[in-house]
Amino acid sequence: MKTSYWCTVLVESVEELIKAHRGLEREVYLDIENSSPVPEEILEAMLPYFNEKAYGNPTLTHKPGWEAYEVIIKSAKEIAGFLGAKNPEEINFTPGETEANNLAIIGTAMKKRKEGNKIVISEIEPLSIIHVCEMLEKQGFKTVKIPVDSEGFVNLEKLKEKVDKDAIIASFSAVNNEVGTVQPIREILEITRDKNPDIIFHTDLSDAYGRIPFNVKKIPIDLATISSYKILGPRGIGALYVREGFRLQRIIEGQIGTQRLWPGVENTPAIIGFAKASELAFQNFEQNISHMKRLRDKLIDGILNNINETILNGPVGDKRSPDNVNISFLKCEGEALTIELSLKGVYVSSGSACTRRALQPSHVLVAIGRKFEEAHGSILMKVTRYHTEEDINYVLKVIPEAVARLRKIYGSMGES
Amino acid sequence: MSRSPLPYNPKILELFRNPKNLGKMEDATVSAVAGNPACGDMITFYLKIDEKKEIIEKASFESYGCAANIATSSILTEMIKGKTLKEAWQISWKTVVNEVGGLPSVKFHCGILAIGALRRAIRLYYKNKGEKPAWLPEKQTFEEKQALEEEELAKMLAKKMEGFEGKNNV
Repeated sequence: MKTSYWCTVLVESVEELIKAHRGLEREVYLDIENSSPVPEEILEAMLPYFNEKAYGNPTLTHKPGWEAYEVIIKSAKEIAGFLGAKNPEEINFTPGETEANNLAIIGTAMKKRKEGNKIVISEIEPLSIIHVCEMLEKQGFKTVKIPVDSEGFVNLEKLKEKVDKDAIIASFSAVNNEVGTVQPIREILEITRDKNPDIIFHTDLSDAYGRIPFNVKKIPIDLATISSYKILGPRGIGALYVREGFRLQRIIEGQIGTQRLWPGVENTPAIIGFAKASELAFQNFEQNISHMKRLRDKLIDGILNNINETILNGPVGDKRSPDNVNISFLKCEGEALTIELSLKGVYVSSGSACTRRALQPSHVLVAIGRKFEEAHGSILMKVTRYHTEEDINYVLKVIPEAVARLRKIYGSMGES
Repeated sequence: MSRSPLPYNPKILELFRNPKNLGKMEDATVSAVAGNPACGDMITFYLKIDEKKEIIEKASFESYGCAANIATSSILTEMIKGKTLKEAWQISWKTVVNEVGGLPSVKFHCGILAIGALRRAIRLYYKNKGEKPAWLPEKQTFEEKQALEEEELAKMLAKKMEGFEGKNNV
């Protein structure tokens, strides 16, 4: 049954699902959390690098190879500049955020396993941190998860209590990817270093880079993950910043090229796209951010003020990432809502268990104290500088209709 | 916790967009709920029963859940219309899954929960009447047990969460 379903029904079904979207009035893509469209200007910057120039392997001694070498170093330099890094060699390209996080945690654990076995993280780290820690636990490491409050802020008292000499790594995202909490990373870093000066501090900047100011000179962390698609660059590329002087252990082996920590042939067009996306995100930074904040608040207020039984997940104002909107709709299951919205051209994701296997809603929403039924009805949206007021107006027209229809199906349950 | 793509087939999509027999039935002979919002899955079935013939005259549903949940509930109300209670009882979750044109394995529990709710309603009907026909099994069937298990699991997790929250606040 399983085999025949996936092999035969799948393709036809997907075709039909796509057909069901014909004649949409407007399409608004808000699922930047999970993938993103590449803007024309970024795509144009990438295209020549597929077949016109720099298509060689950057470690080889011929013109297309040297061209590739040149643009990879230039891109690394540019990204290093945006992060405040000392030199381009501190930027290590990886295929994405997941890989960079794996490299940071496993690479450090392997390097420092003789010094201790404790990894300190928050309860709301992305799964590319949490699952890695679970894997390392099977090899004798111990994960200490620091709880967060109802807005997702790390409990600093608990942090003080838990960091000790056995802790070899601490990893805290600067911005939570699901609820947009902007952590006081400087304070977290200071507390951690104060308790253990030798600890390696990693931060996942995937949801911070290009959206909140962050400079590794001012906040001297050791390792930082950045991701391309989250700033509208292409998928398949990310990077791990590694402070000069720390020799992280490789976690995959093979032919080493320009990237000591990630063997294999460099994805030059993606690297170019990532650099271009960075350049655009930091160009008119203040203006972009205030535009995103305006749209974010319009979306949040428009939903909370017009639809009853809704809850905002995460903090408000400057403590919230400028792009993040995460709202729970009671009496409305999240997966059904994503489909209903998709049929109206609004593309979002949900923290419902339904797409994650039964009874396992988003660990972030659960950690901030949301009840399961609140987590099941949550919708995550991220705005970009490319979204317009009209886009948000359309979303605000469509969401109440979608919620109303699903609540009609919910009907009178729970009333008696 | 892996996320599977959910390529719902056209039949499920149609039933999701235009569910049949939706809503509370005011003159229902019996109704029963399975699941709860904490599971992310809840179905209520309403049955109007011709008590002499033991035939389901009409059925309706309300649902909290994903597209598969809504589709399987909706199709089941159609499948049981005009059937005797015994015939309705004999429908298995696999038949419902086939009837909607197949479901990804992660969604099988939707079909199971729908059958669980229906069987609960039928059991309740006989319990209220103080009768027990010979074909009605003494013990809970697989689908009924699964519904119960899902509810218990959600309750357990909710309790664990409460304890957990308490710890955080200290």
